Amino acid sequence: MNNQLNVSLSPHIHGRETTEKLMFGVVIALLPALVASIIFFGAGAIITTATAVISCIVFEYLIQKFILCKPISITDGSALVTGLLLALNLPSNIPAYMVIIGSLIAIGVAKMTFGGLGNNPFNPALVGRVFLLISFPSQMTTWPVPAGFATGYADAVTGATPLAVIKEGVKNGESVSELMQAIPSTVELLLGKLGGSIGEVSALALLIGFIYLLYKKIITWHIPVSVIGSLALFTSILWVFNPDIYAGPAFHILSGGVLLGAIFMATDYVTSPMNSKAMILYGCGIGLLTAIIRIWGAYPEGVSFAILIMNAFVPLMNAYIKPKRFGEEIKNG
Amino acid sequence: MMIRYKTSNTFPKGGIHPPEYKLTQNVPIKPLPIPKSVMIPISQHIGAVAAPVVAKGDYVKTGQLIASANGFVSSNIHSSVSGIVSKIDTIIDASGYRQNAIFIDVQGDEWVDSIDRSADVISKIELAPEQIIEKCKESGIVGLGGATFPSHVKLAVPKDKKCNTIIINGVECEPYLTSDHRLMLEKGEEILIGIAILMKALDVEKAMVGIESNKPDAVEHLKELAKRFPGISIHSLTVKYPQGAEKQLIKTLTGREVPSGKLPIDVNAVVHNVATAYAVYEAVQKNKPLIERVVTVTGKSLPAPGNYLVRIGSPVSSLIEAAGGLPDDTGKIVSGGPMMGKALQNTGVPASKGMSGIVLFRASESTRVEKIACIRCAKCVTACPMNLEPHLLATLSMKAMFERAEDEKVTDCIECGSCSYTCPAGRPSLDYIRLGKSTVMKMIRERNIK
Repeated sequence: MNNQLNVSLSPHIHGRETTEKLMFGVVIALLPALVASIIFFGAGAIITTATAVISCIVFEYLIQKFILCKPISITDGSALVTGLLLALNLPSNIPAYMVIIGSLIAIGVAKMTFGGLGNNPFNPALVGRVFLLISFPSQMTTWPVPAGFATGYADAVTGATPLAVIKEGVKNGESVSELMQAIPSTVELLLGKLGGSIGEVSALALLIGFIYLLYKKIITWHIPVSVIGSLALFTSILWVFNPDIYAGPAFHILSGGVLLGAIFMATDYVTSPMNSKAMILYGCGIGLLTAIIRIWGAYPEGVSFAILIMNAFVPLMNAYIKPKRFGEEIKNG
Repeated sequence: MMIRYKTSNTFPKGGIHPPEYKLTQNVPIKPLPIPKSVMIPISQHIGAVAAPVVAKGDYVKTGQLIASANGFVSSNIHSSVSGIVSKIDTIIDASGYRQNAIFIDVQGDEWVDSIDRSADVISKIELAPEQIIEKCKESGIVGLGGATFPSHVKLAVPKDKKCNTIIINGVECEPYLTSDHRLMLEKGEEILIGIAILMKALDVEKAMVGIESNKPDAVEHLKELAKRFPGISIHSLTVKYPQGAEKQLIKTLTGREVPSGKLPIDVNAVVHNVATAYAVYEAVQKNKPLIERVVTVTGKSLPAPGNYLVRIGSPVSSLIEAAGGLPDDTGKIVSGGPMMGKALQNTGVPASKGMSGIVLFRASESTRVEKIACIRCAKCVTACPMNLEPHLLATLSMKAMFERAEDEKVTDCIECGSCSYTCPAGRPSLDYIRLGKSTVMKMIRERNIK
């Protein structure tokens, strides 16, 4: 008789999927966008990204060690992902101290005050970004124009984003078709020749990351597709109605942070709904709010706000939108 | 009523793909040598415990009734060996609970005369439907897929309900197990006759056999044989766990969804395992009660994993011995498959009617992964074949919020383990859900009494 047997309840095998693997999968999916941003923005992108990643991990370590006195969990990769996403949402020429402040807000306020990974209601990276946007509006909206690999970043040529160009122009009574002459073409938008934050620069690189996430089953299609679909639908309606003052759907999808937001920010596990029906509603809400903020709001870009607003509705959605149970509806063949 | 059949060959939502490790799929079934003594539990089925009809010192023959069914939902138990009843005493069975067992010291192998032990395959079904059901009851046939529900109860369809399709479960979706696979290859004709017997008993024209496509040899073999059996169709199904679960298999094959809290008969279906069909054949055509079954003895560390025809009551240690002996680094022994099987406390447990396999795990494979915080990734929601929210049910059960767990349909859980398997945070959701489910079932029973 062997007295050394383990006795536990089934299942006796595990899929070997771990939180670390999922987080590092997201990091891998972000690599194309990171490489693209380094190509377009140069050293500034590297410095900003490194600063954000290191400070997020250090803040998480310090808070867990000295304030919460809990086991250290920086190896789970979630602080790394938060740092990366924060950096990708910032302009590449932003001063390093601002990046550090943003990281402190992201990790310290948005994540750890709620109990750390799994408990935060709002996307930490976006909270950090929006805090910086409100606190340092001029630095946060002065975008370097992509100029190939540049070594310095403080003196880079700066310019407005295509969204800001359109927004200002329409306000001043110019028509969209005239304004379109001044901004990159759709193909250039796809490849990444536009001013903006680090991660927004190449739509193509983000889409490669999206395909990787789907292939690895890290995310499902529901949230990204519904964000992009609802934004496209809403802006198409307005565009058909009056193309002079409203830009078309292709422009709205490829410019600004829509793809970065839809693929990487809105799909954050902790702050998004947990069943496909609710995911689609959540995604549509983000798409719609983004369009509303962009077109009628004070800011040229609205993805961050749209995601944070919809984050607030997630607990409600999880409580009231239920998957259709097996056998709930009588199906007799 | 018009019946439409779906063409998809797996159930639509949920499910997982664990590694298969079908190590013994090419190992033919071998009879396990009869042990020196056997312990035959008197409860090897769902329902009332059988009442022993032998006493200490009695001589019993192989196939002789030793404990008789105690009520309608209960089952007869027969001696699997010949010899002297040495005692009736408590043992710990595969489920980990104590129960009574009849201990028999083996003397030779003298069978009851009425059992036809010849190798002839008898295909002509002579018994009438009621006689078939009575024969299944007499022979102690229970569902051999693992649930061990007495088969004669399933065959006695209530008057207000009607079965129009028999579903035969040859899915064997659990990793490692190959006992049904081997049985289909080696006893295919007998299984098909068994299905024809079930069809006659239920007065049904149509039987569908579901086999996962990772057993192409079994699919081909049965398809070839089924040409001679009108009404029996063989279906190759896309591999996905838990396809062998009753409700999922009905959904796959017929598109019908068994409503919450109802039985397959409520959608005009009855499900039987292939091994049960074989046992029915043996009972009806050969007059042989259920005294042996095929058990897969497997594990990555075992020297000679195989499929064995085992006399009920043989100790698990004798099965492991036949497969090359217990490896030193064994950390866990599971009765059944790794997804839904039960971990054994020791190897002295006897083989019972519901034991489809013995799976050995090395010490390094036998511990759970470390549990960390839920990151709300919703993988458990995606994996749940019943479209429940396992993370929520686990939390509600953990916090003893059982009324809400009832509203969230905790009782629909089939305990397949897909949620725990898939969880990246290593959370043992099913442990908590089981607690919630059993508590809610108790609450419902108490409410019904009032």
